[in-house]
Formats: sequence, structure tokens, C-alpha cells
Amino acid sequence: MLVIENLHVSVGDKPVLRGIDLEIAAGEVHAIMGPNGSGKSTLSYVLAGREGYEVTAGRALFEGRDLLAQAPEERAADGLFLAFQYPVELPGVTNMNFLKESVNAVRAKRDEGPLDAMQFLKHVRAKTSQLAITDEMLRRAVNVGFSGGEKKRNEVLQMAVLEPKLAVLDETDSGLDIDALKIVSEGVNALRSPERSMLVITHYQRLLNHIVPDRVHVLAHGRIVDSGGRELAEKLEASGYADYEATEAA
Amino acid sequence: MNASIDNADHVEDLAGERYQYGFVTDIEAETAPPGLNEDIIRFISAKKEEPEWLLDWRLKAYRHWLEMEEPEWAKVAYPPIDFQDAYYYSAPKTSADGPKSLDEVDPELLRTYEKLGIPLVEQQMLAGVAVDAVFDSVSVATTFKKKLAEAGVIFCPISEAVRDHPELVQKYMGSVVPYSDNYYATLNSAVFTDGSFVYVPKGVRCPMELSTYFRINAANTGQFERTLIIADEGSYVSYLEGCTAPMRDENQLHAAVVELVAHKDAEIKYSTVQNWYPGDANGVGGIYNFVTKRGICEGDNAKISWTQVETGSAITWKYPSCILKGANSVGEFYSVAITNNYQQADTGTKMIHLGPGTRSTIISKGISAGRGQNTYRGLVRIQPKAHGARNYTQCDSMLIGQECGAHTVPYIESRNHSAQVEHEATTARISEDQLFYCRQRGLSDEEAVTLIVNGFCREVLKELPMEFAVEAQKLLGITLEGAVG
Repeated sequence: MLVIENLHVSVGDKPVLRGIDLEIAAGEVHAIMGPNGSGKSTLSYVLAGREGYEVTAGRALFEGRDLLAQAPEERAADGLFLAFQYPVELPGVTNMNFLKESVNAVRAKRDEGPLDAMQFLKHVRAKTSQLAITDEMLRRAVNVGFSGGEKKRNEVLQMAVLEPKLAVLDETDSGLDIDALKIVSEGVNALRSPERSMLVITHYQRLLNHIVPDRVHVLAHGRIVDSGGRELAEKLEASGYADYEATEAA
Repeated sequence: MNASIDNADHVEDLAGERYQYGFVTDIEAETAPPGLNEDIIRFISAKKEEPEWLLDWRLKAYRHWLEMEEPEWAKVAYPPIDFQDAYYYSAPKTSADGPKSLDEVDPELLRTYEKLGIPLVEQQMLAGVAVDAVFDSVSVATTFKKKLAEAGVIFCPISEAVRDHPELVQKYMGSVVPYSDNYYATLNSAVFTDGSFVYVPKGVRCPMELSTYFRINAANTGQFERTLIIADEGSYVSYLEGCTAPMRDENQLHAAVVELVAHKDAEIKYSTVQNWYPGDANGVGGIYNFVTKRGICEGDNAKISWTQVETGSAITWKYPSCILKGANSVGEFYSVAITNNYQQADTGTKMIHLGPGTRSTIISKGISAGRGQNTYRGLVRIQPKAHGARNYTQCDSMLIGQECGAHTVPYIESRNHSAQVEHEATTARISEDQLFYCRQRGLSDEEAVTLIVNGFCREVLKELPMEFAVEAQKLLGITLEGAVG
């Protein structure tokens, strides 16, 4: 599904990612953990195609295609989804309208016809109940006046509605209380399937109790410094990132 | 097709080009020679077989106009207009001048029509194609006319109203916008050639939006339009002006006047979508649109609501206003103005509170892109007898790119201590975050901008009648094409 080879990325003159290698097969859930400033969010933005990040070496293939050569909307149409750490407000644009525009934009790029109002409504309704999203929330402007938990639920709703092949979740747990974390995790787990891969980026092990990964990677100073099964996350919970940071300094 | 799009240059060029056809000064001709003088005005009046009082009124306006100076206070810049080099009367165009089929029409224009989803028959009409068999529109228009007549609503060209309902025209014309009002309105009073007349009798709710009918008949709106709408006691009418599709027009200077009179308990809803040719990407050509629109809430509890979506014209100069005379009368102004490339808009409203308990709401959304300049200019005046009057004004500006400008010039004059006046203003940009968020969800740059701009304008767009609102949303996107990226 996703293959990253020797990826180097700079922001301005500063190297942030310094040789990332990562392979995620279809149906797998990988977690990337790391301290603040290790390059976690940079990785998610580079994969999604945000401007301002310069790829200085390496490449990323998404289903064999050169991901980094594509515009963000082309990546989205191919099935890459990023759940934002800080979801963006769109005043006056209703949630429902945004979902519809997104779905139909993606469909158009895949040469599929737009969903009509009834089909679309049915499609959305099937996804909202699990995420405790009310009709009232669908009528509100995208993320405007939403609580932290509502914003994250809304991200997962968009993901559920867009049905991506690869979902990158950037600190989806940040700012969530335990109840909200449960709702969001259940929403994500419901989307796990043999055809869908996920890259879960988090600072804390807590999220991984709910979304259980197949593989865990530790990112420090722009490199993956350790990889393992879910037990690696538990080890980190006990010992923290100090070992990895020290290693780098030495 | 259209000289306006292919050769839209300055007034003098246009005039020069037309001159080749060798117009004669014979007063019997179908087209008056260029220039403006009392003979031309007599010619127009005679052509329209107008009564003496109307000719006198035109002449008074003309003599007054000679004493006036072109206003310069608006934040718009354009080369001086030579009023003696323009034409003030030409007979309605015959279809023979137009393109013979859509194959001969500028493909760029057709692309726009397609994006707006305009039916083929209407495309032909808008592009000025000679369609003799516009079967649909003729029959539709006839059905409408019958329905309106049954309700007692008068809806006709103003020249027809002068002939058939002189008492109404004489009573109301100039009662809201006097012939001496301002430079452009005075010019219009002297030389107006056509426009619409609406009278809704007491207690009648006009059975349809005066829209589709108008659109079908809008092919020849002319440059000096004059519209007069009267809603008698307890009546209601919704009037839609203009068209989302860019229309063929060969006149560069437009100076329209619209007068609305709402009697006791009556309501007039007036919606405009203005999409005249804006000039090209380098600011060459485009319509100068100098419009005077004003309504009076004559009786108690009357209501006038202006909604406008201004996306066209090189220069827009218009301030649809309300005189709130009746007690507890209500004035509303909802506006979206977009300027892209080199367009300039100076628009807003005047809310004049005369009666007690009068209320007004102003929602203005200005969007500037390219090198566009967009100014909101609005006056809220509370007169001494307007006890308990209230106004709420919200002016929001959005900037796209680095070279455009947004300006807000509110004037507030309160002469009554019990009045409440609120003014809120914001300026925003479309952020990189917003664009990236939308693109990550599959929208292109332009789709993202259209979505965000439509969201920004939502409070205004929802005031438009349904069928118009959908087109207007698409129009915003088309107007901003090329503004990003």
C-alpha cells in the first residue's frame, strides 16, 4: 500500500526527516510514536502534500505510484486521508455541504458520477450514529465552535464518509477526554478492514490501547530508531523516550 | 458575437466603430445621432409617443444635469466619460445583427453558460442568437401574463405604463429618486429609454416571483433603464433583476434608476444578480455601472428588502437605499460584491430612519481578488422622530491575494437618543490551512476557494430566491477563476 524509502525532508534550511524507511501493507495498522519535535507531524503533512516541506531525498510510493509528485487533491482521490491534529474551521460552510463537496470531488476525479441528495444522505446517516454525531452538528459550519472532541469525531466522520485506502491519523487523541477517546477509537476501529491501511501518529501509548496496531515505530530526530510489535508501545509507556533521545545525542 | 466582449474598449472606440455605419441626423431615423441635447430628448420622447408632462420632466432633468458635476467621492478610478460621444437612443435591435447560431458565439462565453447550467434556448437568447422560434418563452410569457392579470398585478415595460397607466406613473415616478437627485440619476431621468413597471394592488400577494418572465424578456435591457415598483397596502411582491449569465451588451455606460414604493403593511423584495462584462484580465473594457436604487417605506409596517450579488462590471457604483418613513417599517440590505482582476466596486446602502420604531439590517460581504478594489460605503441616519429606531450593520471583507484592496466607509448619524445603532466589521483572508484542508479532502484549489467564498457569503445568498441562489453560488466560483494558484 505505502512504501517510504530513505525520505529526507527539510523545512526551510532545517532537515526534519532524515531518512525514513517504512512499509505498510494493505490492512495493516502502524503506529508512529515519538517525542515532540521528532518529525511526526511533518511526516503526515509530507504524505498529504502540504506546501512548505522540501523533499531533499528519497521517495514515497502509494500503491506503486509516486505519491510525492501528486497534488494533495489527487492523493485524496487516490484514497489517502489525513485526520488533522488541528482540524480547520470553514465559516459558513456547513458540515453536510463540506462532506458532499468532498465526496463528489473525489468521485469526479475517479470518473464516477456525483451522488444525488438521497444517496448521499443515506451514506452519511450510516456513519453518524456510531460517532455520536447529531444532525445539528451536520448543519453547523465545519469545525466552527466545535469542542476538541467534536472536532476529532468530525475528522473520523469525514474519514468514514470518504472511505480511504490509507488513513493517516495525526495525534487524533490529543485533547480528548477518556469518553471522547473511546468514541473516536471505536469509530476508527470500525473502519479497519483487510483493504484499508492506517498510520496512527501519537505521542502517547494510551490511544494504542484502543486502536491496537500491528506494528509500532519510534521516531526520534527525524529517523525511525526502533520498530516492533504492540509491546514496544507498552515498553515506551514505562520507560519514556529518554533512551532514544539520549542515543541520538551520544 | 458581441462587440462588448471582443472589442470592449472605451466609450470613444465603441462610438467610433458605430459611426462607420453612417448614422444620419434625420430626426425620423431609428437611431439618434450621438451626443446629448434637448433635440435628442425630444426625439426620444416623440419616439415613445410620450405625453407632454413627461417630456417637460425629461427636459427639466436635462437642464439640471447641465449644471451638475460628475461625482468624484467614490473610490473608483476611470478615464473621463465623454457624454457627447455616446448614443442615447437606438431602436430595439433586430435579431439579424446577431450571430446566426451558437457556433458563431465566443466559446469562452459558452463555457460559462455551460458551467452555470443554462438551458440551450436561453443560451441562444443571452448570446443574442437569432432565434425566431423561441416557442417556450412565448408561451410561458403568455401564461404568466394571464396569471398576473387575474391577480390584478400590472407588470409591463415602463413605456407601456406611461401610455396605459399614466396616472400611476405620473404620481410615483421621481417620488423616491427626484430628477435632481444625483448626476447619473438625473441623466437617466432625461434620457431613460425603458425598464419595468410593477403595480401590486391592495392586499394582493403577487402570485409568482417576477423573475423567469423577466429573464426571458431581458434580452434588450438597455443602458438607461428605469424601473418603478409600487406595492399598495398589504401587498407583497418579489422581483428579480438581472441574470447570472454574462449578457451581451454594447453600451459601456449604464446608469439605471430603480424606485420602490411600499405602502402600509406592504413588502417588496428586490433581488439583483449583476454580471455585466467586467473587462478582460488586464482591465481593458467592461461596463461602467452607475446605479441609483432607492425605496420608500411610505406606510406603517412596510418592508423593503434589497439583496444583491454584484460580480460583473468594470466599475460598480450603487447604493440601494431605504427611506423608512412609516412607523415600524423595516429596511434590509444584503450584499455580496466581488471584484477580481481590475474591477472596482464602491457599493453599500443608505438607511434613512424617519419614523418611530423603524428597523434596518445591513449585511455586506465584499470579496477582493486580483487587483480588485472593493469598498463598502454605507449611511445609517436616524432622524429626530425615529424613536426607538434600530440598525444592525455587519461588513465583512475577504481578501484573496496580495494586490487587492478592501475598504469600509460607514457613516452613522443619529439624532435620536433612544436609537440603537450597531456596526461590526471584519476582514479575513483565505488561509493556507483552509485551502490545504479542503484539498486534502479532494477539492481542487478553485473548488476550495468557491466553497470557502460561498460559506463567507452564506448569510446573503440564503436571502436569494432558491433558483437564483444555486446559480449565484456557481457564479461566485466562476468570477474568481484564476484568482488563486
